[in-house]
Parts: sequence; C-alpha cells; structure tokens
Amino acid sequence: MDLGSINPILLLASIMAASTPILLAAIGELVVERAGVLNLGVEGMMITGAICGFAVAVGTGSPATGFVAGAAGGAVLSLLFALLTQVALANHVASGLALTLFGLGLSALLGQGYVGVKPPPTARLDIPVLGDIPVLGPILFSHDLMVYVALALVAVVWAMLKYSRAGLILRAVGENHDAAHALGYKVVRVRVLAIAFGGACAGLGGAYLSLVRVPQWTEGMTAGAGWIALALVVFASWKAGRVLLGAWLFGGVSVLQLNLQAAGVAIPVEYLSMSPYLITIVVLVIMSADKSRAPASLGRIFHASQ
Amino acid sequence: MRLHLEKRPQPSRRWTDLSPLLAVVITMLAGGALFALLGKNPVEAISTIFWEPLFGEFAFYYRPQLLIKGAPLILIAIGLSLGFRAGVWNIGAEGQYIVGALSGAGVALAFYPLDAWVVFPLMIMAGALGGWAWGMIPALLKLRFGTNEILVSLMLVYVAEQLLAAMALGPMKNPDGMGFPGSRNLQEYPAAHNADLIAASGLHWGVVAATVAVILAYILLGRHVLGYQIRLSGEAPRAARFAGVNPGRLILFCLGASGALAGLAGMFEISGPAGQVSIDFNVGYGFTAIIVAFLGRLHPVGIALAGLLMALTYIGGEIAQGNLGLPAAAIQMFQGMLLFFLLAVDVLTNYRLRLAPRPETA
Amino acid sequence: MTDALLTISGLTKTYPGVKANDDVSFDIVPGEVHALLGENGAGKSTLVKMIYGLVKPDSGHMTLRGAPYAPSEPRAARAAGVAMVFQHFSLFDALSVSENIALGMETPPPMRDLARRIREVSETYGLPLDPHRAVGDLSAGERQRVEIVRCLLQDPRLLIMDEPTSVLTPQEVDILFQTLRKLTSEGVAILYISHKLEEIRTLCDRATILRHGRNVGTCIPAETSARDMAQIMVGASFDAPARAPRDGTGEVMLDISGLSVASPSPFGTALKNVHLTVARGEILGIGGVAGNGQDELLAALSGELRSAPGAIRLKGQAIGRLSPAARRDMGLLTAPEERLGHAAAPNMSLTENALLTGAQRRGLLARGFIRWPATRAFAEQIIDRFDVRTPGPETAARALSGGNLQKFVIGREVLQDPEVLIVNQPTWGVDAAAAAAIRQAILDLAAGGAAILCISQDLDELLEISDRFGALNEGRLSDIRPTAELSLDQIGLMMGGAHDMEVAHG
Repeated sequence: MDLGSINPILLLASIMAASTPILLAAIGELVVERAGVLNLGVEGMMITGAICGFAVAVGTGSPATGFVAGAAGGAVLSLLFALLTQVALANHVASGLALTLFGLGLSALLGQGYVGVKPPPTARLDIPVLGDIPVLGPILFSHDLMVYVALALVAVVWAMLKYSRAGLILRAVGENHDAAHALGYKVVRVRVLAIAFGGACAGLGGAYLSLVRVPQWTEGMTAGAGWIALALVVFASWKAGRVLLGAWLFGGVSVLQLNLQAAGVAIPVEYLSMSPYLITIVVLVIMSADKSRAPASLGRIFHASQ
Repeated sequence: MRLHLEKRPQPSRRWTDLSPLLAVVITMLAGGALFALLGKNPVEAISTIFWEPLFGEFAFYYRPQLLIKGAPLILIAIGLSLGFRAGVWNIGAEGQYIVGALSGAGVALAFYPLDAWVVFPLMIMAGALGGWAWGMIPALLKLRFGTNEILVSLMLVYVAEQLLAAMALGPMKNPDGMGFPGSRNLQEYPAAHNADLIAASGLHWGVVAATVAVILAYILLGRHVLGYQIRLSGEAPRAARFAGVNPGRLILFCLGASGALAGLAGMFEISGPAGQVSIDFNVGYGFTAIIVAFLGRLHPVGIALAGLLMALTYIGGEIAQGNLGLPAAAIQMFQGMLLFFLLAVDVLTNYRLRLAPRPETA
Repeated sequence: MTDALLTISGLTKTYPGVKANDDVSFDIVPGEVHALLGENGAGKSTLVKMIYGLVKPDSGHMTLRGAPYAPSEPRAARAAGVAMVFQHFSLFDALSVSENIALGMETPPPMRDLARRIREVSETYGLPLDPHRAVGDLSAGERQRVEIVRCLLQDPRLLIMDEPTSVLTPQEVDILFQTLRKLTSEGVAILYISHKLEEIRTLCDRATILRHGRNVGTCIPAETSARDMAQIMVGASFDAPARAPRDGTGEVMLDISGLSVASPSPFGTALKNVHLTVARGEILGIGGVAGNGQDELLAALSGELRSAPGAIRLKGQAIGRLSPAARRDMGLLTAPEERLGHAAAPNMSLTENALLTGAQRRGLLARGFIRWPATRAFAEQIIDRFDVRTPGPETAARALSGGNLQKFVIGREVLQDPEVLIVNQPTWGVDAAAAAAIRQAILDLAAGGAAILCISQDLDELLEISDRFGALNEGRLSDIRPTAELSLDQIGLMMGGAHDMEVAHG
C-alpha cells in the first residue's frame, strides 16, 4: 500500500473531470423535474449519448462533432419518452424504465463495431497564465472545454429558473399544471421541450464518459451514472447550485476509491467499487427529510380534459 | 378533422386484455423492420425467434429451456407486480436475485460435502431470506426516512453485483479450482443440486415455486383483503388510508415479498441451471421481469403467459444469434421495444381516440 | 340602454353525452354587474371558459365592443380586456404573490416594479397584499385577492368572477362587494357567477339564468324574489327537509377536548386546542372558510391523523390513537369532502368501493377473505336505497356524476348504522335534488339517535339542519352556540370576521 502515491492536486483536478458526466445529466434532469416530469430514463439516454457521440467522433475524427451527436442522440431518445408520457399519457415511472431498458439495448446494438476502438483525443484547453498558477492552475484551469461547458450550463439553468420569464413558466407548469393550463400556458409543449433538453444533457454526459473519461466504448459503461444523476437531483432539493455540490461529492468519492485501488489499499477492489453507490444511498437518506421542495405536479399525468 | 384523446368513463375491459397482444404484434412488425435494417430476412428472423424453439427441428431441446428461463422471470415478476399495483416501485429485483443466490449458495458451500436431505430446504429458506433482507433495506429506509425506493433498490443492484464479484473471487472461490474464479459447481453436489424433477424436462423446483406463486398471487389479489388493500393503495392512496390501510406495513410487505421471490429465483438458478457463483451469474432477469410484469398487466395469469413469451424471445434470440448472426443486443432492444409499445397502446384502456372536426374559429 | 360590451349569441358546446351549452345568448353592458346563475352542472363554467378562450364553442359567436370576438386562448382574451378570477386551480402555492401575478400578465414589468404596482393597486381597491409571500401560506381570502389584483393590473373591461364568495366570511363578502362597486363605477363590467341568490340580489344589476345548458330567463334580481329565481334555476320546487322534533338532552357520544394536531400537508392548517361535544340525536354544524382546518378535523376523527389518546373520546373511551378500522368497529363513521380519490377509489367498481369502509360493520370478510356476493349485495342496497343512478354495481366510481357518487358515499356510511357520523361538505358540487336527499338522510339518521358532526362551508345548509353551530378559523374552533339564536353577523365574527381587512375601506 502506498497512499503517498496519491497526489492531492491531481486528485482534485480529476474530481472536476469525474463529476462532469453526472453533473450534465443531473442539471438536465433537474430542468425536467422542475417542469413536473419524472424521467427515470436518464441511464438509457446517457448510454445512447455515449455511443452516438463515440461513433460520430470516431467516424468524423472530431470530438466536438461527437459531443453534438451525443446530445442529439440523447434528445431523440428522450422524445420517445415525451411521446409516451405527454401524448399517450403513460405512467412516468414505467415509461422511464422502458426508456432505460430500450436505451441499453439500442446502445449495445449500435456499439457492436466499436469495442476496442480508440476515440480521437479531446484537447485540453491550456489556458495561458491561469493554467500556470501553482496548485489552482492544474485544479481549475487545465481541463477540456466540456468541463467548463457543464459549469456554464449549471449557471445558465440557475439564472434561467430564478430570473427569466421562461424559467417562471417552467416552474409554474411543474407546480400546478392545471393552473398553468387555465392561464393559457401550453403545458405539453413546455414539458416536451424540457424533456428534450434533459435528454440532450444526459446524452452530452454520456458522450463525455465515452470520449474523455474512459475513453473507449464498452457495453453498459454508464454503470448506474444515470441513476446517480437522478439521486443528485433529490440531493440538490431541485436547486441548480446544489447539483454542482452533489456532483463534486460523488465525483470525489469515485476518484478517491479509484486512487485507493491504485494505491493498493488492503480492501478488496469490489468493496471500494461499491462505495459510490453506498454513498448515494446514505446521502439520499440524509436529504429525504427535506421533501417540501419537490415540484408539486412531479410525475402527475396531465390531460386537458375541457 | 383531427385526432384527440377522450377519457373513457371507466377503463375498458376489452382493451385491458387486447393491448398486450396488439403490443406484441406491433413489436414483431417493428422488430422485423429492425432486423431488415441489419440485413437479415425479417420473416426468417421473426419465425426463428417465435417458431423454432416451439416447433422447430430441435424443439425437444428448446422446450425445457422455456421453463428454465421462464420460471425465474415469472417468479420475480409476480413479486414485482404486487408492489407495482400498490405504487411501490421495486426496481432492484436484480440485486435481490443475486443476494438470494449468494445466500443459498453460501448455505450449500457451508454444508459441503455433507450429504443430507435438509441441505436443500435450508438453501431455499436462505435464498428467500437473503432476497427478503435485500428488499427490506429500501423498505425500511422509505418507512423511516421517506427515501425514494426506486433509487435505493437500484443502487443496491450495483452493490450486489460487486458483492457477487467479491464472493466469486474471495470467500466462495472453489478451493480445488486451481485459482480460477468461481465457486464449486453445485450441480456436482447432489444434496444441493436443484435437478430436473423429470429428467431433461426443464421442470425443476423453481418451476414448481413459480406455479405456486402464480396461484397464491391470484388468490391474494382477487379474494383476500390484503390484495384488495394493495390494489386500493395503488389506485387511490388517500382512499386507502381512509379505509384504514397502514401504508407502512404495505410497503414492508410488497418489498419483502418481491425481494423474497427474487431471492428464491436466484437460489433456484444458482443451484440448478447456473450451478456456481461466478462474476457473470446474473443476466438481467431482474430487469426483464419488469417488462414481464407490465406485459402481463400486473395480473398473475397474464404474468405467467408473458414470462413464457419473454423466455421464448431469449431462446429464439439465441437461436437467431447462432443461425442468422443476429446480434444479442438486437434481442435486448426487441424486448425494450415491447415494453415501449405496450405503454403506448395502453392509453386506449383509459382513453378513446376520437376524430373531431376542427373547431371553427369564427 | 348603453351599447353592449360583450354580446353572446347562440353559443353551443357539446361534450360526449352532454350538451353543456345550448344556444345561449345574452349581453353585458359596461358598468354593470351581470349575474350568471344556475345549479352545478347547468353549464356556467363551460360558458365562461368559452368567453375566456379556454374552450372553443361548437357554434354561435360573440362580439366585444362591436368587433367579432373569438379568443383562441386565454392570452387573446386577456389582450382583448377580458380577465377572470377562478374559483380554484389557478394559483401556484410554492411561488410568491408577485410571481403568481406575473404569470397572469402578458408583458409583466421587472419584478421590482411589479411589486410596487401590486402595492398601489391593492391599496386603491382595499386589497392588502405582501408581494413577496408564498401564496401557499395565504388564507383563502388573501389568495382571492391575489387573483383579483392579477386581473386589475391589466385594466380589464370585463371581469369574470367564478363563485367568489364561497371562500369568504360574510364581512369579507361586504368588502369584496365594495371593491366590485368601485370597479363598476369606473365602467368595468363584471360577470358574476354564483348560485347564492341573496348575494346576487344585493349586488347584481341583471341576471341570466341557466338550466341544463340553456338560457331559461333573464331578470332584475333586485325586483325578483329569491324564491322565484330558485324556481327558474331548478325548474321545480323542493320541500325544505323535514325534521322531527328532538330533545337536546341526549347522552354525549363524541367528546373532543384539547385536540391539537399538525397538518400532514405543507400548506395545511394545524388544529389548535379544539373542544366540542356531540350528543345522541344532535347535529352539530361546523362552519368556516375553506382551508381553516376542516380537512384536518375530519382526518383526526376518521383516524387518518392520530392525536393524543384522550383528545377524542367516543362514548367515554379514548380513541385518539386508534386506526380508522378500529373506530368504525366502535360506531364512528366518516364521509370526507373529496369524493374521488379520498372517499372512493375512482377506477374501482361500486362493489369494491362499498368494501372500502363497509368491510367490518357489514361483515364482508371471512378470515381475511372477501365475501364478494355479500359485498355486491351491500352495494346494490346502497344504490337502491339512495337512488344512485348507475348501470349497476360493477360501474367504476369515476363514471358517476358528482351527485350520484355523493349519494353513494353518504349512503354507504348511513346504511352501516353509525352511532356517530362525521360528514365534510356533504352536498358540495351536488345538484339540488341530490342535496335535498342527502340532507334528509342526515336528519333522519339524527332522528334515529345518531350523533352527527356536519362540517360545511355552506352556511345555509348548516343553518337549515344543525342544532348547534361553531366555526373553524385558522385551526381554532369558536364557541358553540344554538343555531336558532344566531344572526348572520355573529356567524361572520365566529368565522373570523374580516381578518386584516377592517381598515381597508375605512
């Protein structure tokens, strides 16, 4: 065992990167849930985004195009969920599960030719001056663009929800869809847009996994990241800022356990690998006391009868 | 003219029965299109999946497989359906299945090589208990802290998978296995082997258990007040509390029962068809059972039929894989599609499609 | 007569199986309060939804200030100067007052300016409001003010008000009427929907009466007696329920002392130190504006909410911690306000719904197994005795009309011979014939020796059937007095007077 081999600066820097996929997926799901929709298909959308992004990046040689394709893949899949829940008025929980099962199958099928292939590398932004600051430089300023995109997305979502008219309407639809309908807002349209946004974010998160974090394609490679993202939204009490905090916590746990594995701690690898999931449960237990913040119409089916 | 949905005054009985069949037909069509896209002859692929196992040349071999694959699916789905009916969403049956298998195998390995009839009954009890205990974790957390059971039961799947790996590589590893991962093969330990009751029929104790579970669930839901309370809680939770149903007790019952049944399924699998504790022991029955439960309309008899149908797609899929080179993932997607179409068609149970003249705007 | 502001001619709207509106025509002139009068289900809501752009008419047309008017959505209606105050369904509990108001406006100013304008308008019209509070924390009267201010900020020419006084105390009603008169003096027209005849006579200039979707008459309310208007509205006359004389010295059946419980819902009202007794053969009426603890009182009595054991005594026995089933065994039965989803499961059959509360007292279970034939017989008995209009006991509860389902729910409890019966809003949303039948059933039950606690927001109903009266106000129960001795003013004060509005119109 050699704990000295763990470099705290590199550790913190890799937490930034490790938290990015779940951060992206969670901020998307937060918007979806604030609109009153519970989409349990995050895992399925993430893995679909992972393979779409991977395949396109390999095909075109451009990681940027890959990220766009990942987002598009996730969004298209999420529209299936929108079709089920908003048009066919199916149960949200069952539809979300169907989306995950379907997405896992779809991605496995699409990914057949890509096992063992290396994706084109995603460039790190070497920000001059800032990147050279000791300690802070490597932790904050030497990542790839997507890390900053994710952070910017959190800020944008936070500001939109808090200050913009669109955000107010989204929250209104999530709080009380009957009232929003009575005032003349298009409940279904708002929700479909939110679902598509959530799908794009999850797809982006998945593409980040396959293109940067791992970086390769393996079946079922999201390994529950989508479900952890769902837990993050609960953890964050449906507040954008706290999603960031939660993502760093989970990113931290997974990076730390990987580092401990590498350092050869005398605990079997399997028990270390359990830790992110166990931590998720513990955090869920702690946060479940604060129930009042859930959008009041979350998971309820809306049908404009008359 | 435009189409719109109109709520039915009450759920349509006809569509309740018809929509799974319609979903299967649509899935066959869409699946055929998918297979055609993959460059396979769609008619041949569909008939390989649905016809070959039952009536093909090697049907004598595949028909028992139907029971072997169907039994765990039905056993798990029956348990899940109780919870789904009550609005308790146990998504972690895969984990309960693994822990049940580990508990059963643990008992067997502890008694090895004792040759006594008592070993197998003890394994059954351990399997049920293990799955039950794993299901009680989300139940108790929900009860005590209001934690979401969907997320907790699902996280526990990943924990159980790691536990399985740890066991296969550590405490349960075969001491005579020359360092290979995996436990002793229980098929070679007669006191613990869940053998076919009639040779080569596929009829093992798990099939018996699944049959009993279907019958008991049928009686419970149709005739017993507990089943009534389960249905009432799912339909109208507030009315259930008003009627005097204790929601906490119901959560414990549903998660406990579905955990125990999944655990049993795992234990029958590991002591029979699978034979040993190994890293790749679980193949997703716990998730496929969710499809089975919905496809069977959360009704015991429906689940029995749906379980057999889903087993058929597994077996037929394997044949298609061998004969036509159809990728395994295509079958997985095919199963996912089935649930999709079912949920979509289901809208017709509670709503009817109407053609309405476009309202005039004067 | 001045030129009409809004002319409605020949509006017709058909839903499957019902003609909600059938060739309805009338007009509204600027500066008048025009009443739209009719029973539940007469088609008032459908009509105003067409005016507000939520529903499109099948045929007919409207003109607003001389120009054709066919709003495709509420936004268009608001742009044309039509605003609406809803009875329910249009506020967002978790959002603040100013956010709620911004949602009802087309182009809201920035939040800071909006808050200032809310203060201005609310002062002008005597509707005090704090723009930054969450709407869920407001009283029913304050919530209505939010809706009114939301409308006023858009300078409407026509203001539609849907049953506005059902959530107000008599004093608050007076203040609301002052606000409305101030508005009409500025030329705003008000379409006032109600089934309360006396207040229409006080407030409205003209009235249009709907029955079964048709316009059955127009009158000047001030010159028409309430009885005549009721005749037109209902199309028949109903006898007031007959009550047998009772002596008020029965044995105390239900004794509540010092009952305090927290509300299970985030924006609910906790009960604070409630005391009351109900004696054999007596009907105790509990009035109050909605949301002042009525649901919590029912839940505490039904057993859905548990309290300190001794806070509730049934025939002397402490039952505060007992389950709903145990209380039913002892003879305490309840009928909650919300029919669908609380008193009955919408998608389950009437037979299954009969089992919901009838299992123990009607012996419908044998060792946990359900006796379906007996259960079905019980459902048929309810249907038969309470004249529930339905194809049969296998019909889903949600397929019944409100009145029929309510008769089923009340009948289910009455036929179990309760010793104490608690009802909440027994005739809410029910047509006049069904309401009369339900009140008669309650009176008969009391005459037979049961103790009855009737919670209702319908003061007329309580004055008609109850022997003694008390009111809930923010979870506290007023003193309880004999109904015969009460004046409307006293009742208003018991309900909490005008809250913080006394100074508003100083």
